[in-house]
Amino acid sequence: MSAENGMSRRALLVKLGLFFNGVIGLALTVPIVRYLLSAVTQERKVGYDSWLSLGALEKFPAGQTRLATYRNPVVNSWDGETGNIACWVRNVDGQSFQVFAINCAHLGCPVRWFAQSSLFLCPCHGGAYYQDGSRASGPPERGLFQYQYKIENGNLFIKAGEMPTPGQPVANKAGGKTTCA
Amino acid sequence: MRLIEKVGAWFELRLGLGKPIREAATHPVPRDTASWFYVFGSAALTVFILQIVTGILLALIYVPSAGEAWNSLQILNHTVSLGWFVRALHGWGSNFMVAIVLIHMVQVFLFGAYKFPRELTWIVGVLLLLMTLGMSFTGQVLRFDQDAYWGLGIGASISSRVPIVGPWVVKLLLGGPIIAGATLSRFFTLHVFVIPGLLLAFVGVHLLMVLKLGINDWPMPGRVVRRATYLEEYHELTQKDGVAFVPDAVWKDIVFSGFILLSIGFCAAYFGPFGPGGQPDPTIIQTAPRPDFFFLWLYALLSFLPPSAETPILMIGPAIGIAVLLALPFVAGEGEKSWKRRPIAVLTILLLAVALGTLTRLAEHTPWSPVMDAWSSLPIPSQYLVGRTALERRGALVFQVKQCHNCHSLDEQGGKRGPALDRVALRLNEDQLIRQVIQGGGNMPAYGKNLSPAETTALVAFLKTLHPGGQAPARNASRAIALGAGEVTPRP
Repeated sequence: MSAENGMSRRALLVKLGLFFNGVIGLALTVPIVRYLLSAVTQERKVGYDSWLSLGALEKFPAGQTRLATYRNPVVNSWDGETGNIACWVRNVDGQSFQVFAINCAHLGCPVRWFAQSSLFLCPCHGGAYYQDGSRASGPPERGLFQYQYKIENGNLFIKAGEMPTPGQPVANKAGGKTTCA
Repeated sequence: MRLIEKVGAWFELRLGLGKPIREAATHPVPRDTASWFYVFGSAALTVFILQIVTGILLALIYVPSAGEAWNSLQILNHTVSLGWFVRALHGWGSNFMVAIVLIHMVQVFLFGAYKFPRELTWIVGVLLLLMTLGMSFTGQVLRFDQDAYWGLGIGASISSRVPIVGPWVVKLLLGGPIIAGATLSRFFTLHVFVIPGLLLAFVGVHLLMVLKLGINDWPMPGRVVRRATYLEEYHELTQKDGVAFVPDAVWKDIVFSGFILLSIGFCAAYFGPFGPGGQPDPTIIQTAPRPDFFFLWLYALLSFLPPSAETPILMIGPAIGIAVLLALPFVAGEGEKSWKRRPIAVLTILLLAVALGTLTRLAEHTPWSPVMDAWSSLPIPSQYLVGRTALERRGALVFQVKQCHNCHSLDEQGGKRGPALDRVALRLNEDQLIRQVIQGGGNMPAYGKNLSPAETTALVAFLKTLHPGGQAPARNASRAIALGAGEVTPRP
């Protein structure tokens, strides 16, 4: 049954069959990979960040730093409490604000504000920041992440929607205000 | 009896498994290997089976939803009959499994079992270890509490440091822009489908190779492994002086596995389940997240790495560690098996044990973390206040109010982030104290902007009193001279 070129008809059919399956497999891989990457591609299409209200300015007295919370703009109905995010709002002088992410710039643990010593302290690995968010001591390589803010109709708005991480800090995005570090 | 035999024969005709199973069970193993040192692999398998069974039982109730997972764990703990016990079995089983896999690995390493021809068995074993740790971490996430939530934050922050693709890796890990429902679903899929599937497959391969290549012979000093002769020598060993695996060797495996199951059951019944801790609500920030026991060393390491070296070490360290483990059988595939002739192997194990043990111990104390409530809950010891001036006592108040106590201990009480201050006046003179308080440095924040001159004066006056009775505080001898000879205090 073998042909002159050394390949039998059946062997050729097996190879053709494998090739056919390979093409189909490849064609199926594309949508599967797209599906798996949807968390990344969604961001590139519409972006995750949007302007959110933190409430009336009266909630943030001048010269003080207060905890504020907001509902993340991108949530599913089953996200529960995990869709609520906290941040620190510092009213510098009644005019200008700083809004810090709750996440330590080291590894993302929740920093706590100590008004008496004017420090943010992290409970995980001992990072510390001054009241303007700049690094004071410990393992962080940089100051706290900051959100862009704006004031409209007596309300404080921030641009948020994504957990800030050292690789993609909020403050590095366009318009982010940076402080002395 | 006749009926059982008939039924058996009916299945045997169709399955034909009887003979291969009998052969596998009774295959000869070297006499020395019927040892209590050779029971850890089978014990790991036993605990793995326990984990599968208890895992399936938990999945009957558990809801892998960010909004409901924590509640379903509470139902398991408090409402479902003995739900707490099944959770406890699964949690303690997890700890025992990691421990036994590590012990198994150390034993295999010290007995030279990774050498020719069992290199691939070792490599598959390394993968099994990684999967076991992966199960441990993903399981900790499914216990969806505050520790799990912030632990995911740490995982995301580490992944974000991958060069170039870091932010995408974070999105893939979290399944979205924040830690939420999609994140939990991801880790549920990993913990319940992906990693267990791989584990089953690799355990199968691992066992197949143990059967095919035979159990490692007991290492004798001087019995050197050579590729050319080993297989023949091993064959001779099993044929001349071998015993049947079943029953001569297996009874110790069975007894030890039973003992381990009993221990897990005891721990589960006595200590109960792990958590869940506080609700996974990211707006509750009064929390100090901690990883589970087998990741505590990493927690400590992340606190001690210098900031500039942290990212490179986090990115490259694990790769090097895994590469070393995978390369081991190729680098040292021949030669002595006995630990008595391999001092470097023994020292490596000791060094790793001491290092990991020390880091784990440190992580149980977290000396690098401020004690967040020390300033309001730990008073200044009275011996530091009795007989002091008003200014010095005012300084003690500043010490408390400005939360110095959170990082500095007095009489063993308070934070360990900075040095204990019981003898600080011996180390620093007045000018140095002022400078340290105002400018900070050496990992201490600067308090210059946050203390009035009066507060600084009082605080330093208090700090100057912190020295043992019999020892004079540090002083700058040149200062008095520089300021005028008249101020030099005559020596008594």
